[in-house]
Amino acid sequence: MIRLEKRPQPSRQMALATPLLAVLATMVFGGLLFAVLGKDPVQSILTIFWQPLFGEFAFYYRPQLLVKGAPLVLIAMGLALGFRAGIWNIGAEGQYIMGAICGAAVALAFYPLDAWWIFPLMVICGGLGGFLWAMIPGLLKVKFGTNEILVSLMLVYVAEQFLSSMSLGLLKNPEGYGFPGSRNLQQYASAHNAEIIAGSGMHWGVVAALIAVIFAYVLLTRHRLGFAIRVTGEAPRAARFGGVNPARLVLFCLGASGMLAGLAGMFEVAGPAGQITIDFNVGYGFTAIIVAFLGRLHPIGILLAGALMALTYIGGDIAQSQLGLPAAAIQVFQGMLLFFLLALDVLTNYRLRFGAAEVA
Amino acid sequence: MTFTKLMATAALTLGLATGAFAQDKTKVGFVFVGPVGDGGWTYEHNQGRLAVEKEFGDKVETVYVESVAEGPDSERVMTQMALDGADLIFTTSFGYMDPTINVAAKFPNVKFEHATGYKRADNVSTYSARFYEGRAIQGHIAGAMTKSNIVGYIGSFPIPEVIRGINSAYIHAKKVNPDVQFKIIWAYTWFDPAKEADAAKVLIEQGADVILQHTDSTAPQAAAQKAGNVITFGQASDMAQYAPMPRVSSIIDNWAPYYIARTKAVMDGTWASTDTWDGIGPGMVGIGEISDAVPAEVKAEALALKDKIASGEYHPFTGPLKKQDGSDWLAEGETADDGTLAGMNFYVEGIEGDIPQ
Repeated sequence: MIRLEKRPQPSRQMALATPLLAVLATMVFGGLLFAVLGKDPVQSILTIFWQPLFGEFAFYYRPQLLVKGAPLVLIAMGLALGFRAGIWNIGAEGQYIMGAICGAAVALAFYPLDAWWIFPLMVICGGLGGFLWAMIPGLLKVKFGTNEILVSLMLVYVAEQFLSSMSLGLLKNPEGYGFPGSRNLQQYASAHNAEIIAGSGMHWGVVAALIAVIFAYVLLTRHRLGFAIRVTGEAPRAARFGGVNPARLVLFCLGASGMLAGLAGMFEVAGPAGQITIDFNVGYGFTAIIVAFLGRLHPIGILLAGALMALTYIGGDIAQSQLGLPAAAIQVFQGMLLFFLLALDVLTNYRLRFGAAEVA
Repeated sequence: MTFTKLMATAALTLGLATGAFAQDKTKVGFVFVGPVGDGGWTYEHNQGRLAVEKEFGDKVETVYVESVAEGPDSERVMTQMALDGADLIFTTSFGYMDPTINVAAKFPNVKFEHATGYKRADNVSTYSARFYEGRAIQGHIAGAMTKSNIVGYIGSFPIPEVIRGINSAYIHAKKVNPDVQFKIIWAYTWFDPAKEADAAKVLIEQGADVILQHTDSTAPQAAAQKAGNVITFGQASDMAQYAPMPRVSSIIDNWAPYYIARTKAVMDGTWASTDTWDGIGPGMVGIGEISDAVPAEVKAEALALKDKIASGEYHPFTGPLKKQDGSDWLAEGETADDGTLAGMNFYVEGIEGDIPQ
């Protein structure tokens, strides 16, 4: 008989090992799924995990990993700060949209002026847009005790409506023959978040994501505020006795995650996406929640998790095209990853015991 | 220096990749915005892909990726297809316009076909269907059959294509029924069964006994079936599972002839960048069978209208027509030019309400 026995302390080895085990289990069961669909399982897994990194056209896919992974890491890093303290911002998607709208609006307001300060101003406004959008659930929670999970989530749908309105109205391209969508910022040099080295995929959003990871790492390990976040999450009562101001912490965590999500949206609209359109948001804000947990809410973990998610997206599209796998199968595959991670999580806090229960 | 060397090899590989595979099989890629099983827009594009496979057999290889988000994801998928040696790539959503132009610039030897857009290049064609021709026939049936004189219309987004359809349907409903009134709900989605069902229910509650939709799911059909005496029309695909009631007819996008012709052109080396906007005549827009729920004489009139449009004898936008604000648009016997139709951003006289901004 197999029993679960609670560990006195969560196991560090297991905390590190379970993400790897989850990836392995996903490969095995994903391979089975692909086999049932009549595809070669080994080739399918290789196409998803190997081709983007070391395949014939890796020179193109590797930079794409940065493009796809950067917004995920940037958003997840902010979310993780709050999640560690038990503050749940589920509305990063909305903050991402508002950051993009604010960033793009600034650029379009000055179009076609050519000036060096436009891009920095967009960065500030993009971050501010996300920050302010996240302040709505923040202030409501602090002042009236509302639930930040619900409020932040509902504001995603408000932001989406706002995005539609902007694409069809205020920010619509006047030279677009009446079609929805703004001017393409890729064609406006002063506002374009171009690759810093051509062909490397390295745009300012990638740089920002790396800075955010380093900053969060230092904050969590070295700074008093990071300590307050950790204590609040692990022992809220102790934190209050320790002099942590919960209201200030709520505002900081929501504000920081909103700002980072807003920045991610702004870098995306100014670079890879190029325009504000009705379907500008593609779910980074929600996927980032998965990335945050996949990365154990740890800065380095999030960096790796973001890269892994980006890899499954890019590899998944290659597998669809080359092997004819349906998109739904790829999504199931990605879902498995999260499922196994959460399922195996139990091993961090419990250990497996084989054999009959000992008599106490 | 290592990096420039890497990029040089990359550029070389790009060139080789596009040339090397082109010899034997013609490879055709399709980028789809929804799932191939959506029963509407993407479903019909996929039918076109299957028709290409059937037509050319071993001489062609098709690949596709479904549910591709507009923006950088679509750009990556197109690039990946081009790298994998595609000779011709169909990008089947308006939002793929700028990505298609970007990727096409990097792969001058690969031909691109972008649906419903307006940007072209030496290796980028555009194509679209004159859905408004089908809307005229729907409008005729709707106007003749409504008893409450209220026709409900589920719009997707207030863009020229959708507005054109509303105008065309309204003009022809009004011709047979001067008392007809259109109620329009904007769903702000192309495909969302829940939202579409809600919109249909609201319209039915407001007295509409005909529902026209410019969204792709069958949810409005289901809502109408539940309500009883409400008729609907299939959109993008036939939706024949709801015939004979509530679905009394449909507009079908038939991309197969175009996809076959363009693939043939690539094989023959005669492909050139063009702008195609075809309607009922060339077969890009099909009218699904008009069911027995429609009275025989209305059906005969509708089919006569279809034939007149197909032969080019009649244009759905023929004057005299005024704009909503009462200003003149088309004089007696004058027909609308394609430029005005392509960018249509006004209602014709008689439609109530404003186009949302």
